[in-house]
Amino acid sequence: MTYLYNTPDDQAAMLKSIGVETIEDLFATIPSELRLQRDLNLPPKMGELELTQHLSALAAKNASPATHACFLGGGSYDHFVPAVVDALASRGEFYTSYTPYQPEVSQGNLQAMFEYQTLICDLTGMDLSNASLYDGGSALAEAVIMALNTGKRGEKVVVLGTVHPEYRQILQTYFGHLGIEIIEVPCVEGVADLAKLEATVDASTNCVVVQSPNFFGAIEDVAAIAEIAHKNDAVVIQSFDPISLGLLKRPGDLGADIAVAEGHSLGSPMQYGGPYLGIMACNEQFVRRLPGRIVGQTEDRRGNRCWVLTLQTREQHIRREKATSNICTNQGLFALRASIYLALLGPGGLKEAATLCAQKAHYAQSKLTEAERLEPVFGNNPFFKEFVLRDTQGNVDGLLAEAREAGILGGVPLGQFFPEMDDCLLVCVTEKRTKSEIDALARTFSLIHSGGSTIHA
Amino acid sequence: MRNQQATQLLSELSRPGRVAVTWPACDVPEQPIEDLIPGNFLAEQAPRLPELTEGEVVRHYTNLSTKNMSVDTHYYPLGSCTMKYNPKRNERLASLPGIVDLHPYQDESTIQGMLQLLYELQGIFSEISGLPACSLQPAAGAHGELAALMVAAKYFKSIGEDRKVVLAPDSSHGTNPASAQMAGFKAVSIKSDPNGGVDMEDFHKKLTDDIAVLMITNPSTLGLFEKNIREIADAVHAKGGLVYLDGANMNAILGITRPGDFGADMMHYNPHKTFSGPHGGGGPGAGPICVTDKLEPFLPSPVVAKEGETYKLVFDRPNSIGRVRSFFGNVGVLVRAYCYILSHGPDGLREVSENAVLNANYLLSKIKHFLPVPRGERCMHEFVASAAKLKQERGITAMDIGKRLLDYGFHAPTVYFPLTVPEAIMVEPTETESKETLDAFVQTLFKITEEDAELLHDAPHSTPISRPNEVQAARSPCLRADFCDM
Ligand SMILES: Cc1ncc(COP(=O)(O)O)c(C=O)c1O
Repeated sequence: MTYLYNTPDDQAAMLKSIGVETIEDLFATIPSELRLQRDLNLPPKMGELELTQHLSALAAKNASPATHACFLGGGSYDHFVPAVVDALASRGEFYTSYTPYQPEVSQGNLQAMFEYQTLICDLTGMDLSNASLYDGGSALAEAVIMALNTGKRGEKVVVLGTVHPEYRQILQTYFGHLGIEIIEVPCVEGVADLAKLEATVDASTNCVVVQSPNFFGAIEDVAAIAEIAHKNDAVVIQSFDPISLGLLKRPGDLGADIAVAEGHSLGSPMQYGGPYLGIMACNEQFVRRLPGRIVGQTEDRRGNRCWVLTLQTREQHIRREKATSNICTNQGLFALRASIYLALLGPGGLKEAATLCAQKAHYAQSKLTEAERLEPVFGNNPFFKEFVLRDTQGNVDGLLAEAREAGILGGVPLGQFFPEMDDCLLVCVTEKRTKSEIDALARTFSLIHSGGSTIHA
Repeated sequence: MRNQQATQLLSELSRPGRVAVTWPACDVPEQPIEDLIPGNFLAEQAPRLPELTEGEVVRHYTNLSTKNMSVDTHYYPLGSCTMKYNPKRNERLASLPGIVDLHPYQDESTIQGMLQLLYELQGIFSEISGLPACSLQPAAGAHGELAALMVAAKYFKSIGEDRKVVLAPDSSHGTNPASAQMAGFKAVSIKSDPNGGVDMEDFHKKLTDDIAVLMITNPSTLGLFEKNIREIADAVHAKGGLVYLDGANMNAILGITRPGDFGADMMHYNPHKTFSGPHGGGGPGAGPICVTDKLEPFLPSPVVAKEGETYKLVFDRPNSIGRVRSFFGNVGVLVRAYCYILSHGPDGLREVSENAVLNANYLLSKIKHFLPVPRGERCMHEFVASAAKLKQERGITAMDIGKRLLDYGFHAPTVYFPLTVPEAIMVEPTETESKETLDAFVQTLFKITEEDAELLHDAPHSTPISRPNEVQAARSPCLRADFCDM
């Protein structure tokens, strides 16, 4: 009866009105041989207190930024979330409402989505934004679909080797079995190899996919990449880091035609990987091919400015198999959080956040490489908040285990993505990391003996 | 209390120089930024975002929120969406430190509690579905459909078969054919029979040798249990095809019948419907999929396994389709589903379905006397009424009725879906509503059917706005605040 209302008396009255004897009778249309003849084998019911104790016990088995300084990145980032974001997004009127199918009683959500679209356009320098997709990775796949379906171009998809390895896997999963050719252009020294790109892109190229800052943290020369692509009439798709745009040139200023991002950094916690926010913005030419919900401004019958879901002839509920995407439920609450975050930071706050990331990351890179066994990899590349280190003794796991002992999540080991980089780790430094945390990590790394055990001072 | 002042846009509220966030001073030795990052990569100025104080942001969004109907504030009988109560405890528990703040690349030794939860949840979803293997990765129902269809494609490839057709009833959700298309199949629609079930003649006609997958929603979008489901599944299997169950309507059958037992080979759940994940004004959801043993090798990677007392992520799955999403999936939604299921236990879940079905049948028994329900004396967790007769006789549409309900403080049912019922009004009360609320809804609905047609065409009258001009919105799209005639 956890959240049920019906008392036995209610049930009796309702059954009578229906004209049956028992609730069981209501299931008579299910053939009896298909009925489950036993109870589900599930844990017994827990009350709120018990459940709280159970979840707290599970949580206590995890280390997290609440207990450990987090230097992990690679697409999910420990940025600060202001209290206002949580307070507003936890208003029931926002988080317990559905997709705004009835605009007259959804103006709150619709206006917030319209403002989200506006903020994303301003953030990226693009013409248009939709109202959200699932995450950065599937948003990239949707961007490629949109490029493939717009205009008359070839079918070859060119992806730079510095794009997040998981995103590249998603592209393989979405397109590999459809016979669409995905060509990965290997990088040199952690950035795009422009000569190889130039040699690869041709008239049969549909789009070029670049990520900047890239998976290794380095800033790519997107303008040069866009030039190569545009010479061949290919669409430029850039995956970007929204926080970096406090400092770096925007995708729209660099020549990107479609800009996508993992948007959780804008005011949402890491949550072991989701729910996150797939940002998608693009040029005007894609307006009728954009996937997902889009909110537009109009007027009501009394002439009031108001907002509605619009251009719905792109969508699955109208077009079925001819829709631009199958997406229905999106990430509305996380788009709301991103808007609140951007509204709080404003241009100055975003610039400061980005600057803090860049300053602290550069300090960390020089500090950590003071440890004898660590050296920078791709050290000459300009980077934003992440960089790669090599353990000259080849024991990344040992290093990171020692760091955990010291209360630090020290970096992402890269061997899991690139076997040839199993002596490397990716370190991320956000505005949340303090000098003393960075220094503590540097101390831990430099105190480690060869072979991986620490001298505990 | 609602603030009646027009809510301005953020860009209109903005005043240069206002700030809401103060960052700490930089505590590391600072260098000129151009020494760190070459000038050609740096923006000349930060993006043009609004400048506001914290108080303004709070008032702006708080006032916006009061313009929404929501489950916390209103009865929301939106068919196919299962707008049940969203428990507050789930919100708190999903926000615990050690849950909400975990990084997806943490070492497995530091996330044993999370992996245990996800491992148990895989098992729970398998038990409820009767399908032994589970992937939690897809981000919503539609994404689960896509992932499962890719699993099917890979499975057929592995046995050297080239199958191209995905069948789905014409009453199916739009995501079904859209997912089929995205996964590289040809979507073919099957007719419904006059009672709302699959038209068996049309089904057998369309069931060709190159059938890959039949996608079926059961209970259907008409709220009916497909009585021929076993026969249908057997026929698909006899042709070498697979049966996909769109699990959006699982709220009717928890612990009562299981997709795996009625012939499904794969399915998705919508935890944001069935297992009380709040819908967030559009999302997030999650779309976990369950499949039979023979399809397990093809599921997305990673999955969670248990070795001895240790939980681990398994990536080494050479036949996997790969990834459909970054990281592990919409974990926050899954944690809420886990909390919801543990709050109920096996009996409680069955009672959820029993009362969802009882509430729907009760409403049906009252409503059918003044609003025809073409397909059915009985229903499962929802039913579809039709305003076709009212439209013919008095020009009153399903839309008019939905809009007028808003005036009386009820959210409108789903209208114009499924496409097979003219002037469809799809009502799903859910189990978390009282008989008093249902009675009030029935009375209001009855009253509306007696009201003056003009009054209804102009409804709603008491909401923050009246009917918007949707044609204008689509004809000259204004999709951002400063760019209104593109
Ligand atoms: C019957 C049915 N199938 C599939 C879906 C798609 O699920 P989601 O919105 O989670 O992608 C829905 C929900 O809208 C539905 O009602």
